[in-house]
Amino acid sequence: MNAIEVDNLSKSYGKVDALKGVSFEVRKGELFGLIGPDGAGKTTLFRLLTTLLNPDSGSAKVEGCDIVKDYLSIRSRIGYMPGRFSLYSDLSVEENLNFFAAIFGVKIEESYDLVAPIYKHIEPFKNRKAGKLSGGMKQKLALSCALIHRPSVLFLDEPTTGVDAVSRSEFWDMLAGLKLKGITILVSTPYMDEANRCDRIALCNEGSILSIDTPEKIVQSFDSKLYGVKAKNMFALLESSRKFRGVVNCYPFGEWHHIVIDKDFDIEALKKENCLIEGFEIKSVDASIEDVFIKLMKK
Amino acid sequence: MKGNFISFVKKESLHILRDKRTMLIVMLIPVVLMILFGFAISTEVNNIRVAVVAPERTDGICDAVEKISQNSYFTFCGYINNDDVDNKLRTNEVSAVIVFASDYDRRVALASEGIPTKPVIQVIVDASNVNSAGAATAYLQNILLGAESQQSMFETRMLFNPQMKSAYNFVPGIMGLIFILVCAMMTSVSIVREKEMGSMEVLLVSPVRPVKIIFAKMIPYFAISCIVLITILMLAHYLLEVPMTGGVGGILSISILYLILSLALGLLVSTIAKTQVVALLISAMVLMMPIMMLSGLLFPIENLPKFFQVVSNIVPARWYIDAVRKMMIQGESITAVWQNCAILFGMTVALLGISLKKFNDKLE
Repeated sequence: MNAIEVDNLSKSYGKVDALKGVSFEVRKGELFGLIGPDGAGKTTLFRLLTTLLNPDSGSAKVEGCDIVKDYLSIRSRIGYMPGRFSLYSDLSVEENLNFFAAIFGVKIEESYDLVAPIYKHIEPFKNRKAGKLSGGMKQKLALSCALIHRPSVLFLDEPTTGVDAVSRSEFWDMLAGLKLKGITILVSTPYMDEANRCDRIALCNEGSILSIDTPEKIVQSFDSKLYGVKAKNMFALLESSRKFRGVVNCYPFGEWHHIVIDKDFDIEALKKENCLIEGFEIKSVDASIEDVFIKLMKK
Repeated sequence: MKGNFISFVKKESLHILRDKRTMLIVMLIPVVLMILFGFAISTEVNNIRVAVVAPERTDGICDAVEKISQNSYFTFCGYINNDDVDNKLRTNEVSAVIVFASDYDRRVALASEGIPTKPVIQVIVDASNVNSAGAATAYLQNILLGAESQQSMFETRMLFNPQMKSAYNFVPGIMGLIFILVCAMMTSVSIVREKEMGSMEVLLVSPVRPVKIIFAKMIPYFAISCIVLITILMLAHYLLEVPMTGGVGGILSISILYLILSLALGLLVSTIAKTQVVALLISAMVLMMPIMMLSGLLFPIENLPKFFQVVSNIVPARWYIDAVRKMMIQGESITAVWQNCAILFGMTVALLGISLKKFNDKLE
């Protein structure tokens, strides 16, 4: 059975269509990622699935319960961590945890095995006010609070936004640990590089899902050849490359520009044209999820 | 599930206790207002400086002047010349001048013999402040005619508040205002803060029912308001010497009813407002202004235009202030103001009903 089933879900705010008929399934025990930029509809989807909003059309089930009809039974089974820090910054770390344990009617000891691997990172600061924690520690506390009642499905809306690279990596390690305990996790992120840590991902943009698959298969679906180019004057290079014959798309990618080509492209001709340009380099690169995303968005 | 309610109340109390500044304001405002209205801001007229113009200082006139200078509301500034009257008033050296006619003594004597005549006194008052001018003439009339009481057709007795102390009038008004401030404003801001911070999302996605969240929020504010209520009553009784002859129990009961009503109002505001600023504005503009203007706190309701008199009926503070005035000053018991109680109770039930219905366990 699937932990989450989403069928043609739509939601609009006034004239803005936040979600335009989205469908997907998340299997039990899966770590499923929603990857997409701001405004892709990720938060709306989370609020629908956590029963905070009602959909305009379509339906969805979480653990077999309908998000409209059985919303109360969903609420006791899921853990939800909203995008921004939403614990009480004037309460200490420990008070926050105790409070959430109390409202779910559980004792911290009952879920300690689940929470401990995460909570132990912030336990030395348990008397500190939550508002005075660093970004990474805040997220660990929020995750601990979301786990306190042993939810079977965990909804994490952009948990790593605004968190440093080391803490982000640690955070994903923790999610991998939770997955081993059988918890289904739906996580959203705007960072493409985090997609590889998921079992399956859905690339979303402007309220629609562009593609759903494992990160490997998504990368494999990139069927064009890809080069990286670099020069001292990157902007001029971008302009000239875009005009070059056989170049389908050229876009900045880190310190390189990626160029997507078709069969008319002649690499020697490009090298020849740019040979006098200062610092020019070209290399063949493997596609990443971001390249796939850019390609899908162009369609 | 009882445990989670208690921990909710505990959490709310922690929020309030840790926000020392707000706490201080809430506790201090009532005291400051009471002292301000009780002492500094007062509609009583004191220390009216009076000068006297008399053609000659006869016994009768000296008698009258003696009476004026002994009265604590007046300060006698001496005899002046007829030509100086305008000047003295203009330079603010005096605010009232009494001019005795030259035949004052003779007329007083005639009057006491039963011959229908009246002593002629002219009072010239600086009326740039209408209130104090009116009060001053009234006092003077009282003093001077009081001496000839057999001549005067009116005998005025000020019941319940014979010295016309304004504190008596203001204390119930301040109570009506403060509880809206503490209960309605603070509860609405605290609920809206959770919405704004996003913690409401987490609370809603939990098995706790919204009704519990709301009542847990109300309890600490209710407790604070009770402390404020007792502070006000103590200040009123011991510092401002408001009589409270109607019994403290009655005043406490109707005040607690009014507290609950204010909490319900705050709850209603919180269901409308999306941000703390909006909640504050609504509380200040929509709740506080009518109390200031339409509840009889500053202006008697009978003096308002007809339209506003009708509008004032829906201002809960109007009924509360009216009832408390009756109980504190006129010494009525709570049974005498049962109508006010019934209206307040009805309003409370309606407000609670509407806001609980409006308080959604979803985000929209």
